[in-house]
Amino acid sequence: MRGRTRGRARASQPWPTYPVLAAATCFFLLPVYMMLVTALKQPIDINLDTAWSLPASLNWSSFSQALAAFLPKLRNSFVLAISATAISALLGSLNGYVLSKWAFPGSRALFAFMLFGMFIPYQAILIPLFGFIKAIGLYGSIWGLVLVHVVYGLPITTLIFRNYYAEIPDSLVESTQIDGAGFFGIYRWVVFPLSMPAFVVVVIWQFTQIWNEFLFAVSLSNPGSQPITVALAQLSGGEAVKWNLPMAGALLAALPTLLVYVLFGKYFIRGLLAGSVKG
Amino acid sequence: MKRATWKSGIGGFLVLLPSLALLAVFVYWFIAKTVYSSLTDWGRDPAQALALKPVLRFIGLDNYRELFTGLIDGRFRQDMVSTLFFTFFFILGCLSLGLVLAILVDRKPRGEGLFRSIFLFPFSLSFVVTGTIWRWLLQPKGGINRLPTLVGLPPGDFAWLTSRQQVWRFDWSLLPLFFALLLALLFAFLALSALRAGRRRGAGIAAVSALLLGLWALGPGRSLKLLDFPELHGFNLAFIGILVAAIWQMAGYTMALYLAGLRGIPEELREAALVDGATEWQIHTRIILPLLAPVTLSAMIILGHISLKIFDLVFAMAGPDNGSTDVPALLMFITTFRGNQFAKGAAIGVILLVLVAVIILPYLRSQLRREELS
Repeated sequence: MRGRTRGRARASQPWPTYPVLAAATCFFLLPVYMMLVTALKQPIDINLDTAWSLPASLNWSSFSQALAAFLPKLRNSFVLAISATAISALLGSLNGYVLSKWAFPGSRALFAFMLFGMFIPYQAILIPLFGFIKAIGLYGSIWGLVLVHVVYGLPITTLIFRNYYAEIPDSLVESTQIDGAGFFGIYRWVVFPLSMPAFVVVVIWQFTQIWNEFLFAVSLSNPGSQPITVALAQLSGGEAVKWNLPMAGALLAALPTLLVYVLFGKYFIRGLLAGSVKG
Repeated sequence: MKRATWKSGIGGFLVLLPSLALLAVFVYWFIAKTVYSSLTDWGRDPAQALALKPVLRFIGLDNYRELFTGLIDGRFRQDMVSTLFFTFFFILGCLSLGLVLAILVDRKPRGEGLFRSIFLFPFSLSFVVTGTIWRWLLQPKGGINRLPTLVGLPPGDFAWLTSRQQVWRFDWSLLPLFFALLLALLFAFLALSALRAGRRRGAGIAAVSALLLGLWALGPGRSLKLLDFPELHGFNLAFIGILVAAIWQMAGYTMALYLAGLRGIPEELREAALVDGATEWQIHTRIILPLLAPVTLSAMIILGHISLKIFDLVFAMAGPDNGSTDVPALLMFITTFRGNQFAKGAAIGVILLVLVAVIILPYLRSQLRREELS
């Protein structure tokens, strides 16, 4: 930060910085600790009294067991998240391009019309959606879920691209136009090459959202097309569960989005801000 | 296509068209269908419920009447109360923890980046993952309840997710009365602020409205009952566990919003205040908090609509059949897909939509307005 010095920041604080940060860190990492030690214990060693103690010996087999059970579900989630992310990002990019650089009378109203879809509780469309997906023969297929995530992803992808393209100077577009490039020419040669940062933000955001989603997944899939979230909820929801498996499964389900977060944290935060503080 | 086509906007419209059409169907048409379904008897006759072409009778607002006042739908009413309590505490928890974390991280402590990452990482997880882990942490005889034993204290004995305890109970049938009193208070507040602003006419109107509402509530309003029987609802303590997990997941997000807001506050402002002799506490409460008000409002709205829709976390943490942690979003799912009561499920969906729209629509409007001005 410009002009902000450590010296000032340390002067006369009402609360002690480090103890509070340390306590908060404990709160945030406690579940991670619990997940790891439980997943690494022998199933026979897991009991409520010693839940917090470290495993006597490391047992990695829970992970291979969970992986074996979850592999098809993880594959479903990857197919779903990657295809729906790619399609909704491309459409969002074109929409954002139109709304920012080729605005026409009424285009603002249409933008607002699109945005509302971002906030609705999906319970309000779930019954007709279920009927529709069934009617077009995509119930229980991963492609039904892809379609649904593409559609309900359009508002946020359009929003992010529109706000991003608004920063590209109009003069750049106009000068290319004089050179004879049309709508798609300008997109192809000027706008698209500048879009990479926005694509990174959108792809990360969409991938995370779709990977983590549960309501559509549980309503529209069958055991063959189940994404990982549904499989995990079923595994941990069963009676008399052995907790090493759900914990190992939770880690597997969390790993892809966690990795995205660790590798692209900066862009992740940008997507998060775009989804809330608009304009 | 000719250049003129693009200039006039027809080309642009055509590019938007596929997305517009999809959203028109998947958002607006489906909402319309849900609203219509909620006005029918779809599901009352089990033979018709799953028929390919069910014969539906239009029954007006009967499903809504049943939900709010019917004998068998007490579960829905408790869920509404639960979700409002949950929303209140969820927003309160996320805002206060998020603000404290943001202020601390903004002080640039050593390891700033690491702290920020630790506080924000739960946001990248699925609510199902969060729910699975916290379900294990909140086992009545393990996890969190065993923590005190690590320092030699007796274990806790709170039945986190299954507690049947309820506090702050009130009689649902008196709801119109409470609403009237609340509105009266609101009008009284409006009257006061209008008076302060010197708008006498406005103040007068608001004051009279407040008085009338208050008088009605304390007089004839008391005999108006929503139900023929008293029905007590309150805050289920089993939600505390869900709240802890939900705040664990979303406090970092709130922190990120506040951090973005704090970056926008010029350093000179704080320095000037320091020079004028303000204490750090005064700078925070008198300068920074008021400047962060727009962020607080945005965060409240975003968190509020997440909270009203909360479904997956409860499903994964307590299961769909845990009575004391039920919420409308979950009840809708069960009513529809397990009970085949499609019309009633649709009605719950519509009620959720109205609740969310009430907070989101004004927000969207103001956001788009502000953009227009800038």
